[in-house]
Amino acid sequence: MASIRLAVPDAANVGEVIEIKALIRHPMESGHRRGARGEVIERDIITRFECRYLDELVFAADFHPGIAANPLLTFYVRASNSGTLDFTWTDQHGTAWSETSALTVT
Amino acid sequence: MKRFAGATLIALIPACSAPPAAENATEIAAEDIVSGSIFLTAETRDLQEDNFANPGYLWVDRGEALFSKAPASGEACITCHEAGLSGVAATYPAYDEKAGRVLNLEGRINQCRVTHQSEPAWEYESEELLSVTAFVANQSLGAPVSVDVSGPAQDIYEAGRDYFQTRRGQFNLSCQQCHTENWGKRLRGDTLSQGHGNGFPAYRLEWESLGSLHRRLRDCDLGVRAEPLPYGDPLYVAVELFLAARSNGLEMESPAVRR
Amino acid sequence: MTHNTRLDLNRRDLLALGTGTVLIAASPLSSHAEQADLDQARRELFGMRPVTEGRVTIKLPPIAENGYSVPLSVEVDSPMTKEDFVKRVAILSPRNPLPLISQFYFSPGSGRAKVDARIRMSGTQSIQAIAEMNDGSLWSGSRETVVTLAACVVL
Ligand code: HEC
Ligand code: HEC
Repeated sequence: MASIRLAVPDAANVGEVIEIKALIRHPMESGHRRGARGEVIERDIITRFECRYLDELVFAADFHPGIAANPLLTFYVRASNSGTLDFTWTDQHGTAWSETSALTVT
Repeated sequence: MKRFAGATLIALIPACSAPPAAENATEIAAEDIVSGSIFLTAETRDLQEDNFANPGYLWVDRGEALFSKAPASGEACITCHEAGLSGVAATYPAYDEKAGRVLNLEGRINQCRVTHQSEPAWEYESEELLSVTAFVANQSLGAPVSVDVSGPAQDIYEAGRDYFQTRRGQFNLSCQQCHTENWGKRLRGDTLSQGHGNGFPAYRLEWESLGSLHRRLRDCDLGVRAEPLPYGDPLYVAVELFLAARSNGLEMESPAVRR
Repeated sequence: MTHNTRLDLNRRDLLALGTGTVLIAASPLSSHAEQADLDQARRELFGMRPVTEGRVTIKLPPIAENGYSVPLSVEVDSPMTKEDFVKRVAILSPRNPLPLISQFYFSPGSGRAKVDARIRMSGTQSIQAIAEMNDGSLWSGSRETVVTLAACVVL
């Protein structure tokens, strides 16, 4: 089960730059570790994060094994109109986890 | 004896710099008791104190969801514990009349699973048990550790103290030597803390996960090349009780962040 | 993941992870080989285009107590308007098993070209960030962090 934590304001003034924090539970197994019997543990990572605001891609990230487990991102979005912010994490197998939050802009 | 402890530490870490100076006393004075978090860098402590970014809260959230959800055969935890369990974790391990033995928080939760929910006990260190334990422990954040070692808990406390003071493993070191006699000193990249359990379940950066106190104890036993006890072993519960009594008054920190 | 990773495993010192497994100490590698990997990753991302030092500020703690999760903050000096904005920032390591750690993509809608993340670091090294602007120009910044790993006793 993916656990997601989001810190997003629900209101902002037009033109204001808001800070967003997004945390997801994921081992980000690097593929460089060895298990108890010396076997290489297969890579299993989230490879992509996207934030859409009013259906437009405003911020994205490509992850590689150098990103720590349970990835945490802090980034910014400029508020323009009221609407939704969509957050999606996708792993290397194509499995995706999403969250949405509503922003009121005045 | 005390001098020998330091000598052993140096001997087992030939490549390590800065040999420990004079050892501390065999007991930590009450006013010197400090949490493991003071030996962290500011960045790690900040992460612990950030109740959004601290990754341990991913487990606390999951635990909260499980706490509110009815299992197949019984009622949800929250149905019987509507008022929450604030301050409860700070009193564990504790002697349980019905069970007739000392239970740690994990054991107490599983007791409810079995007797009040008619569900099988959760496996130690399972996702579920860790999450619910973290959720319950977090409700004691900031509360002073206050375990009771009188009455039927006395023997268990003493068994825990004996384990703490006994040398073991290829390195022939006791918990006492590292955490009571040499705390504050460097062991290569690490600084030895006093070995308190007030932060557990804790998110350890090296585990890249939340883990129970027993997982930490297993790592310490493995560290001196001793055979670790199984998860949930009554002797580890006894050690847990001794550790808690030794740290009575210290603030609870779960989910703490550790190296 | 298979072939290249295996090569990397042999060549580089690794982050030692997991419980009860033996920590692998840093091996003295020629800094040329390491820099060459970073340079190659950089060429794959940006070709042979010139990179100017500046406009990119990286924050990392001077000392990280281990390399499993090191707080990184990158900010690029830009007005972030439709006419003038940062398109992407690549984070590169000269010492990790894979030099490319992450790429972050911005837009005028970002408002601010700043991102914080937590990264893995296989030992002491200087992390580099290269920013690409919408006019195609490339800018860079770097920051060194000393990574302490408990490597004597597995604890
Ligand atoms: C060789 C020295 C050594 C021995 C022996 C040792 N430990 Fe540890 N222990 C460490 C180190 C190093 C750490 C990680 C840094 C710290 O918190 O001290 C640690 C951490 C701990 C912690 C976590 C403290 C915190 O705040 O996160 C506890 C609890 C603990 N040890 C208990 C024990 C117990 C109980 C024993 C005996 C079974 C024991 N240790 C034996 C070195 C040792
Ligand atoms: C049907 C009611 C019921 C359910 C369901 C239940 N409990 Fe309990 N719980 C109790 C009672 C009653 C006690 C007091 C001790 C006893 O009689 O067992 C208790 C005691 C406890 C305690 C110790 C409190 C203290 O003050 O020492 C904890 C912790 C606890 N429960 C956690 C849980 C968790 C977690 C769950 C869900 C997994 C749960 N309980 C489900 C009835 C319940």
